[in-house]
Amino acid sequence: MLQFLARRLLVAVLVCLTVLTFAFALTRLAGDLAISIAGPNSTAEDIEVVRKAYGLDRPLVTQFFDWVSRAVVGDFGRSYFFREKVSTLIFDRLPITLTLGLVGLGIALSVALPLGVISALREGRPVDRIISLVALLGQAMPSFWLGLVLMITFGLHLGWLPISGTGTWQHFVMPGTVLAFSAIPALMRLTRAGMIDAMSADYIRTARAKGLSRTSIVLKHAARNAAMPVVSIAAVQLGFMLGGSIVIETVFALHGVGFLAWESISKNDFPTVQAVVLLLAIIYTLLTLGADLLNAVLDPRLRAA
Amino acid sequence: MSRWRSWGRNWGLWLGAFIVGFTLFVAIFAPMVATQDPFAQDLSRRLVPPSWMEGGRPQHFLGTDGLGRDYFARLVYGARISMLIGIATVVTSGIIGIALGVVGGFFGGRIDDVILFTITARLSIPLILVALAVVSLVGSSLTVVVATLGLLLWDRFAVVARVATMQVRTLDYVAAAWSAGCSQPYIVMREILPNILSPLAVVATLEMALAILLEAALSFLGLGVPPPLPSWGLMIAEAKDYMFFNPWVIMVPGMSLFVLVFGINLLGDGLRDLLRTGRVA
Amino acid sequence: MSALLEVEDLEISFGALDAVRGASLEVRRGETHCLVGESGCGKSVTALAVMGLLPSNGARRAKRLAFDGKDILGLDEKGMSRLRGDRMAMIFQEPMTSLNPAYTVGSQMAEVLIRHRGASKRAALDRAAELLARVRITSPGMRLGQYPHQLSGGLRQRVMIAMALMCDPELLIADEPTTALDVTVQAQILRLLADLQKDLGLAILLITHDLGVVARTAHRVSVMYAGEVVESSPVDRLFHRPMHPYTRGLLSCVPVPGKIRRDQPLGSIPGMVPHVTRGFEGCAFRQRCPLTRPDCAGPIERRHPDPDRDYLCQIAPNEMAAP
Ligand SMILES: Nc1ncnc2c1ncn2[C@@H]1O[C@H](COP(=O)(O)OP(=O)(O)OP(=O)(O)O)[C@@H](O)[C@H]1O
Ligand SMILES: [Mg+2]
Repeated sequence: MLQFLARRLLVAVLVCLTVLTFAFALTRLAGDLAISIAGPNSTAEDIEVVRKAYGLDRPLVTQFFDWVSRAVVGDFGRSYFFREKVSTLIFDRLPITLTLGLVGLGIALSVALPLGVISALREGRPVDRIISLVALLGQAMPSFWLGLVLMITFGLHLGWLPISGTGTWQHFVMPGTVLAFSAIPALMRLTRAGMIDAMSADYIRTARAKGLSRTSIVLKHAARNAAMPVVSIAAVQLGFMLGGSIVIETVFALHGVGFLAWESISKNDFPTVQAVVLLLAIIYTLLTLGADLLNAVLDPRLRAA
Repeated sequence: MSRWRSWGRNWGLWLGAFIVGFTLFVAIFAPMVATQDPFAQDLSRRLVPPSWMEGGRPQHFLGTDGLGRDYFARLVYGARISMLIGIATVVTSGIIGIALGVVGGFFGGRIDDVILFTITARLSIPLILVALAVVSLVGSSLTVVVATLGLLLWDRFAVVARVATMQVRTLDYVAAAWSAGCSQPYIVMREILPNILSPLAVVATLEMALAILLEAALSFLGLGVPPPLPSWGLMIAEAKDYMFFNPWVIMVPGMSLFVLVFGINLLGDGLRDLLRTGRVA
Repeated sequence: MSALLEVEDLEISFGALDAVRGASLEVRRGETHCLVGESGCGKSVTALAVMGLLPSNGARRAKRLAFDGKDILGLDEKGMSRLRGDRMAMIFQEPMTSLNPAYTVGSQMAEVLIRHRGASKRAALDRAAELLARVRITSPGMRLGQYPHQLSGGLRQRVMIAMALMCDPELLIADEPTTALDVTVQAQILRLLADLQKDLGLAILLITHDLGVVARTAHRVSVMYAGEVVESSPVDRLFHRPMHPYTRGLLSCVPVPGKIRRDQPLGSIPGMVPHVTRGFEGCAFRQRCPLTRPDCAGPIERRHPDPDRDYLCQIAPNEMAAP
């Protein structure tokens, strides 16, 4: 167990370092960063000034190590556009994105888990087919378009929910739903597969031979064993959702990290872009790490190993 | 009777194949399907509704957009972009992913560790964000979008190819080829690749669907295919300002996108079932 | 008094496959009834059908299926689940996978008593510890907190037995409880079952491949072949004078009754078990039978050579030469 943990931790650290390098390389992709920052209509002197001001005249290696050594302690420099420290910018907006992601995950789980279980218990029957078809339909839904359609329907015509902004919990219902849509099919499929597997296991026959109730057989004996892959995929999906929030936040004008990322991309504000890429990668890595830990708690065999 | 039943069980595969085939046909023969110019603006005829709605005109079957361009023509040419992006991305990412996966699965050991790490690192990178950043930095064009998505979407190919290669490698005929003294490239090309193609075909459909959706999202955010090209995502973005009064302007491209991606997914699902049962049921 | 378990004309089918065709057997209180037969002859599915645990693709029909004189054929899942684990219990062929890997031994054992007797967790765990000791597991208190993966196959099977005994069942069905275990452990488990049977007055339906076990533990034996009970008899008379040619074949594969090799598997008779699908006629053993006659392809008569005994064959008892 300890060895497994140590190994996972090492991989996580290496992944973060890789992403760090990647995030740095990303912004040098376009060639001369100074030209991009100075804008299209700037003179040669302007560009030189920018180059000096941002330290872009130093050797690339120096720039890289300078950036990395600051980044590891959470200093991502100042935003070119917002005139603020990047870390402040991001941490001000993180709560909104996290709320959105958790609401999305909550909705996704509360839809996907029951549907997956029902599907598994009715394997091959019409109910199962219909649920699979619905999952497939959900998977095909372009999230930004779904967002707009919901806005028209529930915001404009029915007037049930606010169209954009972040004032109340109602503001998170539509974006959360849209975000959930992208995670539901994968979660549901895995729940279904896991439950089908578990329900045909020998220990379920034992549980029935003990005369346990249907509820206890399904929810206690089968679900616990089906939960492990679901936990892993839920963590991965939450990571993807936070990454996907850039589209949803733009559609619904939620001023979270995704919206910030979109703004800074369109304003060539590279320090912020780099920081958000890194932050999302770290969150994703932590989530998968957390899922592995949770699985170790769920599965006594892993715990002992 | 049995033919009907087999159709009933495989309807998804056929419907999916039909949707994809139809879109491909429209994309290839776009100039013949749509007689109007998708770029020609006519500011005197802006936001004409589809021909069956009140105020519609017969010459604009699906109406016109905010700049008076024929919506049907734009939709038809938009199919070209979606299909092009889908296919080109799958080819690019497929080559990268399959190469990595096969190498990892075939050689195992340290090499496999490195490849597994590469996959893990790739998965941790936020997809849309990085794609947006790259397109924004390099400048938006069809080629850039394809290259970006191709370089990002190889992970599932690699995962599946790696596992499939591991399984195939241990099979008898591969062992036989080894002992017959065949070279490694020969074994990979002749014995391994043909035997892992079927699961990869399913992955290809999934990735194609994903690429089309991502391109639409990028274009919707203004950092995908540049205007005035008629990408469906871009059409939705351009229509956004009018959608509260003319909902059909987002419904037309949105539904098309939805149906196409649904068709591709149906095709992939059908293929998966087919491969699982090993026959056309 | 009627038998504890009565099975009459049980039929089990999986689609077109008739796994069991008209099997009858009775298990009386306090006796061990052995069910023997080659692999695939339908022993396990018979046991599962009695418990109402057939997989969903299997269908069960019977003229009568009664437990303690009461019909259980018409019972729904809920009614059956009240009997299972309480008055009838079962242990399985696969000790390695029959326990839930996610829960401790203690919690899996306790839930039986909690479910059927409404016992408190504490009381149920006490009872579990007592039974673990009873099946001769050392330091039961520690075992209660362990997970299945921490136990060997023999220990797991003991846990399964202890778990089956939680509610003092009247009937215990044991489906080849020792096949998956190594030889020394097999003997221990079987001795344990025999002791428990004596001490607790259990009725046991023991499915086995092992004629040595039959000779030592059974009161009564039913021999199955291709989904039918071809012979049923008290154990001493069966070994002394087997009637059905298949039973004779089985016994002749064994050196001397009484000095039987314990690891001798059944079914060393040349030939293959036919696949029995719908519309099969006649004796299923006729292709392998040394005494086969033309009328073996027709309907077969069940014969009663003496009270308490029957076999399914065209050849009458007096025509049957001594083996
Ligand atoms: N779930 C199932 N689906 C289809 N056929 C089944 C199923 N379970 C059992 N069978 C068939 O029923 C027949 C009897 O099987 P059963 O498991 O009862 O044999 P057995 O006598 O217990 O053999 P063994 O000694 O190997 O345990 C076999 O032909 C088997 O293939
Ligand atoms: Mg069996």
